[in-house]
Amino acid sequence: MFWRGYWFGAETMRHSRAAMRGTGETVGGPHDYLQAQIRWRNIEIAFWLATLAPFILTPNYLVLASQIAITALFALSLDLILGYAGIVSLGHAAFFGFGAYTAGLIAKYGWGEPLSGLLAAGLAAGLLGYLMSFIIARVRHLALIMITLGFGLLLLEAANSASWLTGGADGLQGVRMWPLFGLFTFDLWGTTSYWYSLVVLFLLFIVSRRLIHSPFGLSLRGIRDNIIRMRAIGAESLAHLQQVYTISAAMAGVAGGLLTQTTETVSLGVLDFQRSADVLVMLILGGAGRLYGGLIGAIIFMVARDQFSGINPQYWYFPIGILLVTVVLFLPNGILGGLAQIAASERWQRWIRPRVPRRSLLP
Amino acid sequence: MHASFTALATIAAAVLTAVSAHAQQPVKIGVVMSFSGQFADPGAQIDNGIKLYMKQNGDTVAGRKIELIRKDSGGVAPDVAKRLSQEVIVRDGAEILAGYDLTPNALAAADVSAQAKKFMVNMNAATSVITTKSPYMVRTSFTVFQLNEALGAWAYRNGVRKVYTLVSDFGPGHDGEAAFHKGFKDAGGEIIGQARYPVANLDFTAFLQRAKDANPDGIYIWVPGGPQPAAIGKAIAERGIDKSKVKIMGQGELTYEDALKSMGDAGLGLITAFHYDYYHQSAKNKAFVQAYNAEFKRNPDMFSAGGYDGMHVIYEALKKTGGKTDGDALVAAAKGMAWESPRGMMSIDPETRDVIQTVYIRRVEKVGGALVNVEFDKIDNVKDPWKARMPK
Amino acid sequence: MITSAFGVLFDGFAYGMLLFLLSVGLSVTLGMMNFVNLAHCTFGMIGGYVTVTLMNNLGWPFLATLPLAFAAAAIASVAFERTMFRRLYRASDLDQCLLTIGLVFVSVAAAAWFYGTIQQPVNLPSYLRGSFTLVGVTLGVYRLFLIGMSLVVLLALVLALEYTRFGMQVRAAVDNQRMARGLGINVDGAFAITFALGSGLAGLGGALAIDIVGLDPSFALAYLVYVLIVVSVGGLGSIGGSFAAATLLGISDTAGKYYFPQIGSFLIYLVMVGLLLWRPTGLFGRR
Repeated sequence: MFWRGYWFGAETMRHSRAAMRGTGETVGGPHDYLQAQIRWRNIEIAFWLATLAPFILTPNYLVLASQIAITALFALSLDLILGYAGIVSLGHAAFFGFGAYTAGLIAKYGWGEPLSGLLAAGLAAGLLGYLMSFIIARVRHLALIMITLGFGLLLLEAANSASWLTGGADGLQGVRMWPLFGLFTFDLWGTTSYWYSLVVLFLLFIVSRRLIHSPFGLSLRGIRDNIIRMRAIGAESLAHLQQVYTISAAMAGVAGGLLTQTTETVSLGVLDFQRSADVLVMLILGGAGRLYGGLIGAIIFMVARDQFSGINPQYWYFPIGILLVTVVLFLPNGILGGLAQIAASERWQRWIRPRVPRRSLLP
Repeated sequence: MHASFTALATIAAAVLTAVSAHAQQPVKIGVVMSFSGQFADPGAQIDNGIKLYMKQNGDTVAGRKIELIRKDSGGVAPDVAKRLSQEVIVRDGAEILAGYDLTPNALAAADVSAQAKKFMVNMNAATSVITTKSPYMVRTSFTVFQLNEALGAWAYRNGVRKVYTLVSDFGPGHDGEAAFHKGFKDAGGEIIGQARYPVANLDFTAFLQRAKDANPDGIYIWVPGGPQPAAIGKAIAERGIDKSKVKIMGQGELTYEDALKSMGDAGLGLITAFHYDYYHQSAKNKAFVQAYNAEFKRNPDMFSAGGYDGMHVIYEALKKTGGKTDGDALVAAAKGMAWESPRGMMSIDPETRDVIQTVYIRRVEKVGGALVNVEFDKIDNVKDPWKARMPK
Repeated sequence: MITSAFGVLFDGFAYGMLLFLLSVGLSVTLGMMNFVNLAHCTFGMIGGYVTVTLMNNLGWPFLATLPLAFAAAAIASVAFERTMFRRLYRASDLDQCLLTIGLVFVSVAAAAWFYGTIQQPVNLPSYLRGSFTLVGVTLGVYRLFLIGMSLVVLLALVLALEYTRFGMQVRAAVDNQRMARGLGINVDGAFAITFALGSGLAGLGGALAIDIVGLDPSFALAYLVYVLIVVSVGGLGSIGGSFAAATLLGISDTAGKYYFPQIGSFLIYLVMVGLLLWRPTGLFGRR
């Protein structure tokens, strides 16, 4: 009797875990799991090929496309801390803006080389993130939300007050970028901008993917799900939290630097609460904790806003608000989560493959 | 990849040129300013000025139809304004840029105008340095230096000796501060204190209390249009600052129509320097105000004048170039243009492409039960002094 | 110098009282149910717009609109609570944040649609305008009124909490929800009433705030930040905490603008971050 119960339990567990992953494969050990995850799926390859489409299909919209790529990178950086480590941040724009102003100031004071400027932006934001991480890793719940919010606002006000450095409300003047690799100028049409942003996004995406599908990534998920237990089993949760926060801040800084370099302008809008709130919305819309969630969310949000703003810009936040409320109440894992659920559901599975009777262990 | 792209682009360009040569394409004008948010009302007034001009003068100039493409920058957002200006040229094919209600937005868009070599008409943004950022830009509004330096000199001439200045902490505010200080100090006056308030500030009690505590015989305030002038007017009354002892001076936005309605009698006696008011007594203005009221059921203001005169410049320049929208041709046609506008005589300075006009000194008085700005002094043909002082 | 310091204290205290009215509801409900309601200032905004509509469109006198501002906000909050918030009491912080931010966005856009984006003017009755000077300090009449109202509310709240049965239930629920339920206290009912009251107070605060800080659709978002600061610095579930934090923040903000106009507005965030680092649960927090 006991035996049957045990096997039943194990079979049910295996079945449900497989169903959640939507593959129907049986589970092996953690290394096999990671190995399976890291293989590139066809749909991912299709996605990245599709990002090249704007060059051919919509060449007048490359400026928008590069802005989408930059925002997608920003959303990806938030996903690392929110989706994978469970840190709710209402002030992530602080790092985006810090990177943006760093890149802008470097270019303004004579060094307009894009790649090194971008690297500097990432390093500066990463350093700031590292310093903040000491506080972030130690607080939770409302205090954490408030500190991230407060830090974002603090940086905004500081940038406003330090108008001798940042240009204040007028924005930074005199940001002039040199041609990329000495050949490609940042022109009005946005061709260079989009190539640049897309490639940087792709490279950092690969880095994130590697990070997530590694033991480090698994421990992050453990922290997100149950931090007390992680500590009980001896995982270095504090150090891991700090590391992921620093990496996320650096990535956000790179995104900010990209925005400055491709638009040759930077103003206080890179630091405001609206930007932090928008990226949070995009991530939730697409689905946090799925790497592609931020990218999909960014694409949908930015395209919708661009189209809608043409018609009625001041009421833009109405459908966004409704969408957010709907997503929270009915689609808790965002669009990708919803799609994954559909893909894993019994009915869909039955559709795409014949039902194989399970080996029964009952005599 | 690079070569084939260039080939494709060349073929496309050739086809497009051929097509455009056949038909008289409309002149597309990208109008970039705030249609939403805090600065939506000024944006609407500029737009009304544009619409009225087009109604009175038809929508065809030099055989080409005028087509407006409106883009909303939503407030102080230089990156958005820059992107929208870029898009309206690249995506929508605009050949002229117009609008630009706020300094940061105009500064960012100037880059686009210079890079794309497109004629740009700045219909409002008032910081002096803006027109230097693109050789294709003209301005039809005013500059802060123009108005406030004249006011500073006027203040000294009329007995004010010690002034405390309070300005908004961004480009135009800094200009106002610098301009007033220059005009006032050059005439012999003394600035006994100064402060800058945050751009979005709505609670002026602390700032005005500090001004009052300094015991000046004049307080100079620079404030942009919007909700702040009314708040300042009310705070002045609430702090009990006696206007008979302390002259309160500022740029015209301090006493614009809606602000006066909101602050009520607290506004009596405020002295301002400005270039346009609907109450200006001239035949041309009376006709303008009447037509504006008939069309939009409200009085025009300096934003409307900026839009109206901006369209005038575009129309006249197009007539001179025979419909050609090449940036160099249009700006050359605009330089030196002079005409009578509802505000009075004005012209475009051929050296700086900025506006030359009359500065009126006004006081708020009650006429027929309503509060209006009554002009009691003026200075004619004022150029922008800041650029005049710049080394050539 | 002393008189100006006193003036700053008075003005700062008045501003702080405004923040107190706006925040006390959120502090108590957060303490009771741990529900992160970022839409709290939407109720404030509703109260403000009710006052504006009644005064400008229907000609009501200012004081008469205040009870209605309170009631409208309270009723709106009950509606939201019944339909949406209930379902998320057990949900994560993030989900609660997102739902309520979504509501804020909707309310901001709706306010823009119905009222436009301009500042709403409000014409105070003449007996509330102006100021008088007492020992060299200018005391604004409206600010005195604001302080008076807030102290009355504070008194009413404290008395209700200490001396009524309902107040006892609320205190029990804030201290230990599970135990209170175990003792048969109708925690959900108490919470619903407290939530309505708190939101109503926010509505009152919003109506009173129009003359000092103006009213436009961005109010729901702009003042949210200050309210969250007061709540987190003061400690959840504590009326005294909200009072102390609001006073501290109101005075710092005004003093900052008066003595250091360059960095004035940025002082408030520095104070908040500093205080939270020292005491993450707030000055008077329990958890």
